[in-house]
Amino acid sequence: MSGEQAKLNRKDFVSDQDVRWCPGCGDYAILAQVQRVMPELNIPRENIVFVSGIGCSSRFPYYMNTYGFHSIHGRATAVASGLKLARPDLSVWVVTGDGDGLSIGGNHLIHLLRRNLDINVLLFNNEIYGLTKGQYSPTSRMGQITKSSPLGVADHPFDTVSLALGADATFVARTVDTETRHLQAMLTRAVEHKGTSFIEILQNCPIFNDGCFEEVSGKGSRIENQLVLEHGQPLLFGPEDARMGVALGKDMSPQVVSMDSTPAEQVLLHDETNEALGFFLSRLERPEFPVPLGVIRAMDRPIYEKEVMAQAERALSEMGKPDFNKLFCGGDTWTVE
Amino acid sequence: MAEVPSETNVREKPVEQIDTVVIRFAGDSGDGMQLTGTQFTNESAVAGNDIATLPDYPAEIRAPAGTLAGVSGFQVNFSQGRVFTPGDRPDVLVVMNPAALSVNIADLRDGGILVADSDAFTLANIRKAGMDGDPLADASLNKRVRVYSVPLTRMTTDSISDMGLPNKTMVRCKNFFALGLCSWMFNRPIEQTLTWIESKFAKSPALVEANTRVFKAGWNFGETTEVFVHTYEVKPADIEPGTYTNMTGNRALALGLMAAASKAGKSMFFGSYPITPASDILHELAAHKNFDVTTFQGEDEIAAVCSAIGASFGGALGVTASSGPGIALKGEALGLAVITELPLVVVNVQRGGPSTGLPTKTEQADLMQAFFGRNGESPLAIVAPATPVECFDMAFEAVHVALKYMVPVMILSDGYLANGAQPWKIPDYDELPDISVRYWKGDLGFHPYLRNEDTLSRPWVIPGTPGFEHRIGGLEKDYDSGDISYDPANHERMTRVRAEKIERVSEDLNPLCVEGSELGELLMVGWGSTYGALAQATEELNAEGLATGHLQLRWLNPLPVEELKRIFARYKTIVVPELNMGQLVRILRERLLVDAIPVSRVQGQPFKVGELKARVKAIVEEGR
Ligand SMILES: Cc1ncc(C[n+]2csc(CCOP(=O)(O)OP(=O)(O)O)c2C)c(N)n1
Ligand code: SF4
Ligand SMILES: [Mg+2]
Repeated sequence: MSGEQAKLNRKDFVSDQDVRWCPGCGDYAILAQVQRVMPELNIPRENIVFVSGIGCSSRFPYYMNTYGFHSIHGRATAVASGLKLARPDLSVWVVTGDGDGLSIGGNHLIHLLRRNLDINVLLFNNEIYGLTKGQYSPTSRMGQITKSSPLGVADHPFDTVSLALGADATFVARTVDTETRHLQAMLTRAVEHKGTSFIEILQNCPIFNDGCFEEVSGKGSRIENQLVLEHGQPLLFGPEDARMGVALGKDMSPQVVSMDSTPAEQVLLHDETNEALGFFLSRLERPEFPVPLGVIRAMDRPIYEKEVMAQAERALSEMGKPDFNKLFCGGDTWTVE
Repeated sequence: MAEVPSETNVREKPVEQIDTVVIRFAGDSGDGMQLTGTQFTNESAVAGNDIATLPDYPAEIRAPAGTLAGVSGFQVNFSQGRVFTPGDRPDVLVVMNPAALSVNIADLRDGGILVADSDAFTLANIRKAGMDGDPLADASLNKRVRVYSVPLTRMTTDSISDMGLPNKTMVRCKNFFALGLCSWMFNRPIEQTLTWIESKFAKSPALVEANTRVFKAGWNFGETTEVFVHTYEVKPADIEPGTYTNMTGNRALALGLMAAASKAGKSMFFGSYPITPASDILHELAAHKNFDVTTFQGEDEIAAVCSAIGASFGGALGVTASSGPGIALKGEALGLAVITELPLVVVNVQRGGPSTGLPTKTEQADLMQAFFGRNGESPLAIVAPATPVECFDMAFEAVHVALKYMVPVMILSDGYLANGAQPWKIPDYDELPDISVRYWKGDLGFHPYLRNEDTLSRPWVIPGTPGFEHRIGGLEKDYDSGDISYDPANHERMTRVRAEKIERVSEDLNPLCVEGSELGELLMVGWGSTYGALAQATEELNAEGLATGHLQLRWLNPLPVEELKRIFARYKTIVVPELNMGQLVRILRERLLVDAIPVSRVQGQPFKVGELKARVKAIVEEGR
């Protein structure tokens, strides 16, 4: 159908709406990368739908010249699930925030991940409630001072990746708003994955939580703190002249080792299909350990909407074409003359 | 074994003709009373009677055996005339243990028949039911009603003792003895039950034989014993010719939704989360996946409704069903459906509230929730079926309205309609109206909130349509461009349009129909499942000389205010009986400035005709 059409470019995905994020907001960079990757996917524009909840991040669909649905707080994953079940032919994307997806919408998110519908979820994590002007979120760090925690956050945060892995997600990745290439690569991988793809995008909110990811995005610190994962490659990080690796200590706990003094075989190799390794990576805590970026888990599992369609087909072959008159007479009947 | 009964048997005992019988089967939850009642109902339907039923089961799944909390009942009213309700008080009460007697005996009318399994009236069971002496021997009871103590358990086991079944299995057959006995007593045709036993227990030939033998033993017991002197016969009712089946409200709803979706040429998406008494709709739909129906059991009520909204956005007919507590959770999402102007059907099978309330009992206390239970000005179309079989028609209408006007429609059923059964004249699918929707065919200047001049509905352009990519959402939109708008005047304009769309639904609705007297002393206005009680009361009041009209509203929003005013003007007193503290009455008072008088009942039970009449008459008296 669209094979004849001229190849689309980035501009084709830019809607006519003025973008209303604060200057310097990390959301701009993410929007730009998504718009850049879309034409490469060769999906007809009319078959792409962005669904969001509520939050700064959830304004996203208005800026994409695709179909879009800006729903209610926390429920984008549920709306998207119904949409995908009704229309498996569509490429469905969810854009959510750390509050939208992990707090009010946490329940729907974990159930989407376990069901494994072929939906791509982009969670913009700025460790703050942006739209409501700066309250702490479920990913805010303990002690963090925000409008609603003047004495510091008292509750323990979620690690987004651990949560997704715990919910049995089949594809989990993490990237950073400022890492344009890496972000693009993750988007492409997410589309390639069949099943729910979950990407945590570390996003700066210069207004209410500026520099929250400075260690992974800052010029000076990023090299030291980014553990960029590649399937089959060793877990190495740090500058060329001072390479470090992640190894397994004697007590099975993670250890940072210097490559100057450690044989290469001791360093762990990344394996996207190894569930235990995924959990291990997701538990590496700052600042002692670097932040894993990349595809943490990618594995195959039956896709929910495919199972549902298969059931419908089975029902058709076992029970036959719809016959309402037969259905109406399904119970005991009697005739009055 | 005794002689096998058959339709052609010549009955030895005299037959007494009667018009109407109300019979209630009651026993422990494990005694199979629902099954007995349902089967007796089916026999009565085959006999050509008009019928109405009321199952009444305990809230606990497995209350301790023999206790008052574990008593389960099933009442059926069958008649040669029209039947509107399951009846206030049974003429015949069958009890399988002392607890069942204790719970139900006060309802049995004076001079009625009590059949009791005397084997179950052991000292221990009597104590468990909170009584002292054997109630069956009680002199005043024996004076008030005719008591038949039947050693039902023993005769059950005796009739199959040669089969080598475990005692427990034998005892479990005793409900068929009761069914056989009652079938004999009321001259019910039994072929249907015999075939039913065969198919129900097809997996176990021993159970087929055991239950069949016990059933016949019950029948023969009536025929041969000296205890019963005559049988009763209720002649067939004058019923419109056609093929009938017994239909519950929940099943009718499911079938109506499916038929309508099909007639609209739409796939149906049903998002739901289990809750009594709505779950059976989910069960029914899940069994028909070959009908282009997708059922989705969400992680909660919010997921259920949101997934349905997402499906509607995708071009399917989104439907969700729940009961009051679940509807409360869906509130915010219903507002989203209102503002995005997507078609959605929401079923509320009401139960007793607030909070968890009375899950297995009926109530009509969610009308205000349906009207106003959301933030902002967020009107829905609201329709309330009046009988179990009407659930089919109202579901069909609801789908039509949702699609035509691009609005959410709420169907207010309740526990009584959901589980109550009624003979349904099976329609011919091919004769049901075509309700297919036309997609927007325009070209230039498209935006998602462009409106159809007649219905004011916005175009339903679904993802996958090239060239019409657009965004909708919960933020207010500009009337002229469909973009996000914070303009004050625009918000008022959009608010008014959303309300006006609901008003326009009136053009598709049937005129109101008053039953009983066209004018006179009294008009009873009801909605939903109270139809039967109000209709029966109206008939009786008119027969007693009080000119009474009865108006049962189906569509509650939009409300045909002018038409109502004209009708109300014809009566001296307007009374609004409801199973709540007075909800429709408030709306009528507010919308019509009429001094309508509420008649409330909130006991988790339908109106009793006798009580309703008495209360209504008192109001009329007072007004004189
Ligand atoms: C039911 C409901 N509760 C609360 C809100 C207010 N609210 C809107 S967005 C938001 C938090 C958004 O945080 P996040 O998801 O992290 O998005 P961000 O703005 O940071 O991108 C809240 C609490 C709402 N819109 N709806
Ligand atoms: S408040 Fe923060 S997250 Fe929201 S737009 Fe502004 S910078 Fe971005
Ligand atoms: Mg946030």
